[in-house]
Amino acid sequence: MVSKKMLGLLLVLPALVMIGVFFILPLIASVIGAFETPEGAGLSNFVKARELYSEDILFSVLIVTLASLLIGFFAIAIGGYLTLGENPRAVAILRWLYRWPLFIPFIVVGQTLRTFLARNGLMNNMLVGSGLITPDQALSFLDWRGIVIAFVWKQTPFVALLVAGAMASIDRGTIEAARNLGASRPRILIEIVVPQVLVTLTVGLILSFVTMMSVLSVPLMINAQSPTMITADIAFRINAYGDYGVANALGFISLIITSTVAWLYLKLSVKERS
Amino acid sequence: MSAIRTGLAWLPRALLLGLLAFVIFGPLTNLLLWTVAERWYFPHALPSQYGFSFWERVFSPRGGALSSLSNSIIVALLTVAVALALAIPAGYALARLKLPFRALILLAFLIPQAFPNLSVYVNVARLFYEVRLNGTIPGVVLVHVTHGLVYAVWIATAAFAAIEPELEEAARSMGAGALRAFRDVTLPLAMPGLMASAIFVFLESLDEFTGSYFVGAPDVNMLPLLLYSAGAGGNYQIASITALLLLIPSIGFMLVVERFLKADVLAKVGH
Repeated sequence: MVSKKMLGLLLVLPALVMIGVFFILPLIASVIGAFETPEGAGLSNFVKARELYSEDILFSVLIVTLASLLIGFFAIAIGGYLTLGENPRAVAILRWLYRWPLFIPFIVVGQTLRTFLARNGLMNNMLVGSGLITPDQALSFLDWRGIVIAFVWKQTPFVALLVAGAMASIDRGTIEAARNLGASRPRILIEIVVPQVLVTLTVGLILSFVTMMSVLSVPLMINAQSPTMITADIAFRINAYGDYGVANALGFISLIITSTVAWLYLKLSVKERS
Repeated sequence: MSAIRTGLAWLPRALLLGLLAFVIFGPLTNLLLWTVAERWYFPHALPSQYGFSFWERVFSPRGGALSSLSNSIIVALLTVAVALALAIPAGYALARLKLPFRALILLAFLIPQAFPNLSVYVNVARLFYEVRLNGTIPGVVLVHVTHGLVYAVWIATAAFAAIEPELEEAARSMGAGALRAFRDVTLPLAMPGLMASAIFVFLESLDEFTGSYFVGAPDVNMLPLLLYSAGAGGNYQIASITALLLLIPSIGFMLVVERFLKADVLAKVGH
C-alpha cells in the first residue's frame, strides 16, 4: 500500500513543482526583494512607498472594500430572487441575464466600460438623447467610480453564482414554514437564507477581494492618474524606473492587506463554530 | 384594490430586469458600435458613419492583429497541452489513490489565485530575464500554466471522481494492465470533464493580461496586449475590434459550458 501512496504522490508531484517554482518561489523573491536596498536589508523601500503612494494604498483599500460590499449586496439580491422568486419567467430571465459578465475578461471589461462611461460614451449619449440631461451636464465616470463600477460589473456574477448554488442546496422546509407563518420574502432572505450561505458568501467575496487587488488592466485603462490603485503604481515603478525595491514593497503591502482580510474571516469563522 | 395591486405587481419586477439588462448589455452594445463606427463625435448618441475600414486595418499585415491572434492561440494551445499533461495524472491520483494531505494538495493549486499575483509576475519576469525566457513563447506558456492549473487539476479531479471505480476494476480483472484500463476505460469516460477543463485553461490563457504584459511584451505580442496598446493610443475602434475577438470565445463557452460540465462533475469540484 505504501507503493500506491508513493505512486499517487509521484503523479501529483510535477503539477505541485510547477506551482512551487513558478509561483511560490517568485512570491518569496518578491517578499525578500521588498526589504532589499542598495545599502543592504532595510525598510527604505517602505519609507519611499509610504511617501509616494500612501494615498493610493488607502484609495485601493477603500475602492476594493466598497466594491466588495456592493458585490455582496447584489449577489444576495440575485441569489435571493433566484431562490425565492415566485414568477418562473422572471426567474428564468434573471438566471439567463446575470451570468453574462462572468466569462468576459477584465481587459475587455476595461475597454468596454471606458467607452461606455466616458463623457461622450453611450451612457451619457442616451441620457442626453432622451432629454434627461443636457450635454453640459454629462459627467465622465472615469475615476474611482469607474473602477468600482468595472469591479462590481465583472465580479458580481461570480459571487452570485456561488451564493445561488449554496442557496439552492439549503433545506426548503424552513423557508416554506416561515412563508406559511406569513413572513415576507425580504425577511425570509435576511433572517433564514443569508445566515445559511454566509460561509459561501464570504469565501466568494474574499476571492473577489484578492482578484481585485491584483487586476492591473482595469485601473490602467479606466484611471491611471493619481489617485489610482496599487497595481498601477507597481507597473509604473517597473516600467518607468526599473525600481524593483519599491514595486516589491507595494506588492508586500497588498499581500498584507489581503492576508488581513483572510485572517479576519478565519478568526470569525472559528469563533462562530466554537 | 387587490385587483389593481396584482395587475401592476409585475411593473417593478419588469423595470428592475430591464435596468439589469441595460447595465449588462449597454456596455456590450457600446463596444459593438465602436467596432463599426467610422466617425463618432460627442454629443451624437450614435456614430455618424458606419463601416468596416478599421477591420481591414486590424487584419492588414501591418495591423498586427493576425500575428497577435496567432501568438495568442499558439500560447493558449501549448498552455492547454502542458496543463492537461500535468493535471490528468494529478487529477487521477487525487480522485482515486489514497493520498496523504489530499486537502492540502488541492488547496496548493489555489495559491496562484489566492495571493495578489502582480508582484509575483514582476519577479517571474526578472527571473526569466536571467535565464533568457523573458519575451519568449515558452516563458509566457509557463506563466499561464501556473495560473490555469487550478482549473485543470480541480476539474480533472472531479471528472475522475465522478466515474465508478468498478468499471476500471472490471477491466483489470479481465486481464487489462493498469495503463490499458486507464487509457481504454477511465480516460474516455472522463473526456467531457477534461474537455471542460481544457476550455477553461484555454480561455484563462487567451484572456490573461498581467503575466503576458510583464513576461511577454514587447517581444511576444498577444491580443490583450494589442487591445491595451490600441486603447492607450486612443484608437477605440481597433481596441474594440480586438476586444470583440477576445469576447466571442468567452461568450460562446458560457453558452455551452453546461454541456461539458455535467452536474455530477460540477458537484465534485473542489472536494
